[in-house]
Amino acid sequence: MSQLRVKVGLGSCGIAAGAQRIYDHLELIHQKNPEQWSLEKTNCIGICYSEPLVHIEFNDELYIYGNITPVGTEQVIESFLQHNTPPSAFLVYSSQLPASENDFINNQVKWALKNCGIINPEKIEEYEQMGGYQAVLKIQKWSPDRIIDEIEKSGLKGRGGGGFLTATKWRLASKQTKKNKYVICNADEGDPGAFMDRSILEGDPHGVLEGMIIAGKAIGATKGIIYCRAEYPLAIKRVQIAIEQAREKNYLGKNIFGIRGFDFDIYIKEGAGAFVCGEETALIASIEGKRGMPSKRPPFPAIKGVWDLPTVINNVETLVNIPTIINKGAENYARLGTEKAKGTKVFAITGKVKKSGLVEVPMGTPISTVIYDICGGTANGNKIKAVQLGGPSGGCVPAHLLDTIIDYDAIIETGAIMGSGGMVVMDESTCMVDVAKFFLTFTQSESCGKCTFCRIGTLRMLEILEKITSGEGEIEDLEILEDLALEIQSNSLCGLGQSAPNPVLSALKYFRDEFEAHIIDKRCPALQCSALIRYEILADRCVGCYQCRKVCPANAIESNDRRIHRIIEENCIRCGACYEKCRFDAIVRS
Amino acid sequence: MHIEKNTNKNLQSTECQIDISALETIIKDCKGVSGGLIPLLQRIQDQFTFIPPQAFKLIDKELNIPESESLGVATFYTQFKLNPTGKYTIKICKGTACHVQNASKIFDAISEYLQIKAGETTDDQLFTLELVSCLGCCSLAPAIMIGEETYGKLDDRSVISIIKEIQSRESK
Repeated sequence: MSQLRVKVGLGSCGIAAGAQRIYDHLELIHQKNPEQWSLEKTNCIGICYSEPLVHIEFNDELYIYGNITPVGTEQVIESFLQHNTPPSAFLVYSSQLPASENDFINNQVKWALKNCGIINPEKIEEYEQMGGYQAVLKIQKWSPDRIIDEIEKSGLKGRGGGGFLTATKWRLASKQTKKNKYVICNADEGDPGAFMDRSILEGDPHGVLEGMIIAGKAIGATKGIIYCRAEYPLAIKRVQIAIEQAREKNYLGKNIFGIRGFDFDIYIKEGAGAFVCGEETALIASIEGKRGMPSKRPPFPAIKGVWDLPTVINNVETLVNIPTIINKGAENYARLGTEKAKGTKVFAITGKVKKSGLVEVPMGTPISTVIYDICGGTANGNKIKAVQLGGPSGGCVPAHLLDTIIDYDAIIETGAIMGSGGMVVMDESTCMVDVAKFFLTFTQSESCGKCTFCRIGTLRMLEILEKITSGEGEIEDLEILEDLALEIQSNSLCGLGQSAPNPVLSALKYFRDEFEAHIIDKRCPALQCSALIRYEILADRCVGCYQCRKVCPANAIESNDRRIHRIIEENCIRCGACYEKCRFDAIVRS
Repeated sequence: MHIEKNTNKNLQSTECQIDISALETIIKDCKGVSGGLIPLLQRIQDQFTFIPPQAFKLIDKELNIPESESLGVATFYTQFKLNPTGKYTIKICKGTACHVQNASKIFDAISEYLQIKAGETTDDQLFTLELVSCLGCCSLAPAIMIGEETYGKLDDRSVISIIKEIQSRESK
């Protein structure tokens, strides 16, 4: 009898798309025939655009089925069992599909995501079968310096956005003579549009724990804290399970792995919802139970961190890379990438793209390769206008610069930043003024209020952008915007304030004409800013059905004696209700 | 989408009826835990769905943390509510991906259907409406979270039918 393994992708996005219903349904069927096939859980493999996903392993081949229902999955399994053949409906990945269909998976290079969507994250044994916890055993007799040298050789930089060399942080903390030190995993993934860290925590929690244990050995820490957003309940649950399993096996606790004198334990701190807590010093304040407000550096956390003790703070993706670097060798990691940016980077690709999801590529890959060759371009074939990198701290890379390679310096040259890995694709229907306003609304409300320029300056900028999008902008406003932006950048203490004006500056740099269209022509080229959209009824298309007139909340539609409708311009509040209602495409926007 | 400051942060002037002994137990439990203020507030909120005003005085008395400090922390973090919340909290994602996929429509639809604004609770204490920065389900944009359940790829109709389903389940 052939082996049939069925795995359901139960990440929080998969569950939202219906994966739990598939699993529950399959569990019932499986009970009737448990010998014939096996049913397992896994996490998201990153093919988010086809969720929910069901992975089927059959005769050593992997088949992934997507956009599928519980009953559809049942039929797929039956087909395998009865005919020994993979059905082609719902198939999204298989070596039997044309190569172009598999580009999304095959063009990726997975280091950080290597276990995500492969193992069951709730079983420590599966992590161990993939070589898990071998890295700790490998380094058990290494000196702290040797571990740090190895990480230094890999060239690994902080993946949370800072891009600071991981080994440098570690070495500084390692040199401190204090007896108690901390390793903190920063899982306060706050950038809107980014979900790399959530996926790693949900899909490979042991990988993060192992990375923290190695960091602990390298700097001489005895305690680890995972600071995780409360908005990620499933990630917190999976990490909690992983910690308990690791404690049971004595991979956490006292004299761990049987190494005498190596004590290390990890606990979770739930964030309480403040974007600024992604900043190291604010995160420390939050762990200490205070308002999460940043403080001046130096002293750096590696010297004086949580409770004034030396503290290393690393991002989730940085930490999950550590065991793989130790196992596969730093030189192999450093072989990937560019001169100054080594290894791989995970991106969360969303927006107006055909295949949105998680993508891991070597540094040095052009952005266009990621968007077109892996993610298939835009969903509707529209032209790409820009790609936003780095969320509210970043900026846009316009279409003509999409051949820019993924490298810290190359991206900074465009005015954006590498950031933590959010990549939002925008097409012609996205208004760049609106996007700039969106990010500023976010940073403005997340500003902790400590520095005046960040607290009030961002508000003034936001007011100006609101003025522009409502059609009341003046051309001088652009100058004031730029002036305020520079003042905020140079007069704010932490990264939040220093980078808050970036989205506006980068939009002004590449899309000044759109700002001018809003101000001078009083028109929004992307037809997004409702105050600047005019509606008109085409007399030759109007059938006189009265639907638009009924739905208009402002009595702004009248009809003539032939029952042909007309919008009364001065009454129209530009809500667009008539446009939505008309079934005859008789209402046009301009 | 009209993004308002969380109206839930309006301080209550009147003391509300709560089980004081339960509150005392939680607070006394946290004596001597360093950095315990945030987890303590989280526990109180888990118990009462919000931080009752009496809590701040009790924390001052029992743990010697001044009211100004505990109230300062409670008002700093968006997680903490100073007014009772409904049985279900509807979190509408206003992340980038959801924003470009028209999350404002979802917000407007729910807000109109339930007749509440961001930060408010329905009269029947069933729903509280909240805007959150990102739920991390960007490929399912626009997405919302009700309780601990996430829903994605919504439009203004499907989201109302989800809420109606909860309403009919609750009325039984």
